[in-house]
Amino acid sequence: MKRAILAALGLATSFAMPAAAEDIKVGLLLPFSGVYASLGNEIETGFNLGLQQFGSETGVTFEIAREDTEVKPPVALGKAKKLILQDQVDVMVGIVSSGVLGAVRDMVHGAGVPLIVANAGNDEATGASCSPFITRMSFSNGQINRPMGTWMAEQGVRRVFTLAPDYAAGRQMIDAFTETFTAAGGEIVGQEFTPFQKTQDFGPYLAQAKASGADAVYVFYAGGEAISFVKQYDSFGLNADLPLYGSGFLTSPLYVNAQGEAAEGVITALHYAPTIDSEANAAFVAAFTEETGRAPSEFAVQGYDAARALIEATKTGANDRASLATALRQVSFEGPRGQLSIDPATNNIIQPVYVYETVAGEGGLTQKVLAQLPAEADPTNGCEMAPLSN
Amino acid sequence: MAHDLGFWTLQALNALQLSMLLFLLSIGLTVIFGLMHFVNLAHGSLYALGAYFAASLAAVGGYWMGFFLAPVAVAGVGILLYSGLIKRMRKSGPMAQVLVTFGLIFVLLDLTRIFWGDLALAIDVPTLLGGRLTFLGVEYPTYRLFIIVLGLAIFGALAFVLSRTQIGAMIRAGVDNDAMAACLGINVERLFFIVFCVGCALAGLAGAVAAPLLSVTPDMGLQILIPTLIVIVIGGLGSLKGAIAGSLIYGFVQTFGAVLAPQLASVLIYALLAAVLVIKPEGLFPAKG
Repeated sequence: MKRAILAALGLATSFAMPAAAEDIKVGLLLPFSGVYASLGNEIETGFNLGLQQFGSETGVTFEIAREDTEVKPPVALGKAKKLILQDQVDVMVGIVSSGVLGAVRDMVHGAGVPLIVANAGNDEATGASCSPFITRMSFSNGQINRPMGTWMAEQGVRRVFTLAPDYAAGRQMIDAFTETFTAAGGEIVGQEFTPFQKTQDFGPYLAQAKASGADAVYVFYAGGEAISFVKQYDSFGLNADLPLYGSGFLTSPLYVNAQGEAAEGVITALHYAPTIDSEANAAFVAAFTEETGRAPSEFAVQGYDAARALIEATKTGANDRASLATALRQVSFEGPRGQLSIDPATNNIIQPVYVYETVAGEGGLTQKVLAQLPAEADPTNGCEMAPLSN
Repeated sequence: MAHDLGFWTLQALNALQLSMLLFLLSIGLTVIFGLMHFVNLAHGSLYALGAYFAASLAAVGGYWMGFFLAPVAVAGVGILLYSGLIKRMRKSGPMAQVLVTFGLIFVLLDLTRIFWGDLALAIDVPTLLGGRLTFLGVEYPTYRLFIIVLGLAIFGALAFVLSRTQIGAMIRAGVDNDAMAACLGINVERLFFIVFCVGCALAGLAGAVAAPLLSVTPDMGLQILIPTLIVIVIGGLGSLKGAIAGSLIYGFVQTFGAVLAPQLASVLIYALLAAVLVIKPEGLFPAKG
């Protein structure tokens, strides 16, 4: 009797197997240790939340293999190989550092595994070294800063001093800003690039900014450097005569509370702020706050939208590496950030950019959205990709 | 860009402030090395711990509680390290010691991440030290002046203890020739222990002082380690004079390098380090003449 039941059970499962929902294997490649560990965790939280929220819309189920890049390009390359060759993932999601993206690019491209980039903003990844398999759901460095140059000039800011860490992202962000700001009639009166991750004391640079005769300062800093910078800017009392502007990573909700009062009045541009007034954003903020007890950052929304993009792609029937890659290039939806789509020429996201001021609110600092700047596709920057066939 | 006198005064104060922060760190490391011939690469991690303790304590009892108790707590960690690891490693040669303390960096790094998380913490400057003072014709943040004064005070106190007191004489004797000092009836092991604890406490103090100025992140200890090592190599191992001279040189080269030759800012100090190693490999003011 027992044997019969077991046999029946076995039969049932073997019949059930093919009928079960299709399984897509996702490789999550994020830093869970090293300097960007907090970003990796934030993106993962957003990604899992996205799967939870929209998972029911698709027939497929997702199996996740998670690997830590340690923010080290060689380590990340090894982990990418493992995900592609050993785990046989259908799609990869993640990558915080542009250095890591550069290291895994050829591997991903050669193996034909679709990769949804959830942070790394290097312009070249959707420029000269773009790939039909790499779709970026986060941002590009130029994209965030380009509209801000025009906007600031329109606000009557004429003379600007710029500061950023001396590495690819710092230079791309500042160059994009400089280009549109000078085109709109502004003048850059001084420009400094500080040694990346080696500068803890910005005093010397702040004294230069003060002496430069600028109307305003425009900077890009992120993480620990951003916290130190904003606090030191305030401690030197520069806010009063020399308003601080920047790319929004400067006052990211992820760490703005560590900056405290010093961050009040700083005006920055970014592709997301938790206070964007829309239904989709309200739902996301509520779900994220319930999960973590704090407001989501741009990194969380990148993970969330990466999950959403993957689900949208599977809804078209895509179920293997090649079909997912093609489907991902065509996703378009209304998310917390507004209307998103993928630029077919570069595979970079097209999204609006928000200018927001950090202000004191109930229970800490909050973001007051001042303007929504229209979505613009990046210039192709030498990207040559076969156009979509279907 | 033409700059007036005020600009240079401001930059000199910036340089001095950075020097004093580095001095607090390097003095502990250099005296421990001079006395015990022990390179504690985890010294930077103790600085990070100091900042984390200060941040946690400040959240409970305000800035001053963190300022006074963080060094004590770090000294406590130092005692654990000493009795658990370093005492056993005393005779095992420099390579093993470097490896153990290097490993300790990562252990402490991950422990801070487990306890305090990856997100950066911050402390507010106490109201007493908030704002700015007009000093030598320039407006300068009061907290930075406080760091300069604190650094000079600690330097003065250590100079007094080392040159004018009996325990200072014992430490100097131990640095000069520990075997001979032991023969003369000095309990060198106990001396080591005291110096190690004081060194750890000063690292903790540096962390507590740096916390409101910088951001408190798990990797802050790694970031400060290289500058600290450069300071003691330039200054000469084991001496107070070397630590203060090395700190001042580092602070001024770094600050004025950033102003005068920004493209070279990160290279200058290493070039200077290489030059010192070629011309005077023992450093500018080594403890052993």
